[in-house]
Amino acid sequence: MPAQPHGLIATFDTVPDVYHAAEQVRDAGYKSWDCITPFPIHGLDKAMGLGRSKVPRFSFVGGVIGFTTGMSLIWWTGAVDYPLVVGGKPYFSPMFAFPVAYELTILFTAFATIGGMLFLNGLPMHYHPVLKSDQIMRGLDDKFLIVIDARDPKFNLTATKALLEKAGGKDVSELEA
Amino acid sequence: MSHASEHVAAPAILKEVNPAHFPRATLVENNRSFGWITDKICGIIEGKTPTWWWVCFILACFVASFTVIGITYLVATGVGVWGHANPVNWAWDIVNFVFWIGIGHAGTLISAILCLLRQKWRTSINRAAEAMTIFAVVCAGIFPVFHVGRVWFAWYLFPIPNSNVIWQNFRSPLEWDVFAVSTYGTVSVLFWYVGLLPDLAILRDRFLAAGNKVRSALYGFFALGWRGSNRHWSNYEMAYLILAGVSTPLVLSVHTIVSFDFAVSLLPGWHTTIFPPYFVAGAIFSGFGMVLTLMLPLRAIYRLEDLITQYHIDCMCKIVLATGTIVGYAYGVEFFIAWYGSNPYEGFAFINRAFGHYAWAYWIMISCNVITPQFFWFKKVRENIWFVWVLSIFVNVGMWFERFVIIVTSLARDFLPSSWGYYSPSIVEIFTFFGTFGVFSVLFLLFIRFLPVMPMAELKAVTPQADPHAGHDHP
Repeated sequence: MPAQPHGLIATFDTVPDVYHAAEQVRDAGYKSWDCITPFPIHGLDKAMGLGRSKVPRFSFVGGVIGFTTGMSLIWWTGAVDYPLVVGGKPYFSPMFAFPVAYELTILFTAFATIGGMLFLNGLPMHYHPVLKSDQIMRGLDDKFLIVIDARDPKFNLTATKALLEKAGGKDVSELEA
Repeated sequence: MSHASEHVAAPAILKEVNPAHFPRATLVENNRSFGWITDKICGIIEGKTPTWWWVCFILACFVASFTVIGITYLVATGVGVWGHANPVNWAWDIVNFVFWIGIGHAGTLISAILCLLRQKWRTSINRAAEAMTIFAVVCAGIFPVFHVGRVWFAWYLFPIPNSNVIWQNFRSPLEWDVFAVSTYGTVSVLFWYVGLLPDLAILRDRFLAAGNKVRSALYGFFALGWRGSNRHWSNYEMAYLILAGVSTPLVLSVHTIVSFDFAVSLLPGWHTTIFPPYFVAGAIFSGFGMVLTLMLPLRAIYRLEDLITQYHIDCMCKIVLATGTIVGYAYGVEFFIAWYGSNPYEGFAFINRAFGHYAWAYWIMISCNVITPQFFWFKKVRENIWFVWVLSIFVNVGMWFERFVIIVTSLARDFLPSSWGYYSPSIVEIFTFFGTFGVFSVLFLLFIRFLPVMPMAELKAVTPQADPHAGHDHP
């Protein structure tokens, strides 16, 4: 018995083709599937039925941590650990602490945003069945691919293949696991 | 009055309003396909190293050696090898620092602010401009780090526990600057790298197909296994938007904090509230000057006219014009406030700038920064590539002199005539600064040789064929 394929992969030539095909796959009720595109296509998230990205939650937490770090660092070093009079200024004031806290807010937001994006995307992942396919090179260049995973409960080799072909997919083939 | 009703009988209201139709500017000319864009940009990296590249690279290395030698001599001897002495204790080093960091600002403006404003023309220049930002920050960092004198203690700038138990003085704008510039450098690199991810994946696959496994593995390692998945793009675009959102206040704050180094002091000519916005406008002005200086030759050498069109050059020239005019206005306001404020020291500082010992520097600054950009009012000028390029050089020169005028004239003539002085740079400083252009060029040449000079994914997304509705309205 041949090994279960990772899924089915189909190629589309133009942006409207893949967009409308994605709507059909979404409407057919598939959950575990993906579009491979060389660039982000405006509105494809909706055509795929994806919700809003969760990256901003990470960013917010990062920003709060950054601001708190800045303020508490300056308060602790200047007013607690080693208070030192400089120019008659107070040991701590949120006024002079603000620029540093502001910069650290931005720095930590940036770290959290990128970290969150990579975490949500499961990257780095250098091994993936899609990367082994012959189509991937065009999929990052000028073609558009739809991959439906075999682990999707609705996946059925013949029915899924028929759906992709009906949606206009070319070279519908099995993806080696 | 009885006739009035007859005149208003037919109100001047149109049945329907037909706004004039202005077609959107084409961002990729000659209706190029997605595949053409990939081949064009990757071809620069995949092709044989051109002879001009080697010539420029060796020349740049030679120029960069001036910085290496200058710095080595300084570390071995002491910071006294530079020309500053009482009362001018900040001179070329800080001038050069502000000059380079200002140049960097255009890159972040293009990548962040223009992204938020949905200025799609940014796509073809943002990668190179961001690279310019990073390399400019590298050059900027050299000066303050070595100006501390004992560079091996430069880590004292950061709040790292040390054997003296004492901490940094966070009441000082100089300490704020440490955080501003290091955050700026870090976030610029991160932003640049995130933008590179999809393009590195293309190079990974293309080098593998071409049989070059080593380069494929190298690009692949940094591509993190990017596979163009739309589920990934969804998070990626959100992350990119947030990075643009935080980089915008970042870029504005960095030069604001740089200007605090001066504005928070009490020195006449420095102690002014106009400094933050004026410095930010000047930074963007100088940065766009440098973007033009770099992009025009790049466009000509690699025949990128379809991607950097006349429309792009027009947009950049107009930003130079706008920010240059803001800078000119700021010069005027400074003079007005110096007179209106009735502070004799402040008044003297400005008269001295224009007519004192450093008047030559002041008038170079005025001619380059106020007069030069005014040429960009004319379409004929904006369409003459050579002229634009020469003007962009003037912008760079003028902005260097602006920092020189601000820093040196104020210090050389402060409150007490007994402590006045005149500053001239030493040969070591001149060499060190000259060499930074080599450092910058070496890095930039390596960038155009080994990394895609334009973001391919973003370019494809602004072509007409990237529209999922193919010219039709939303369903």
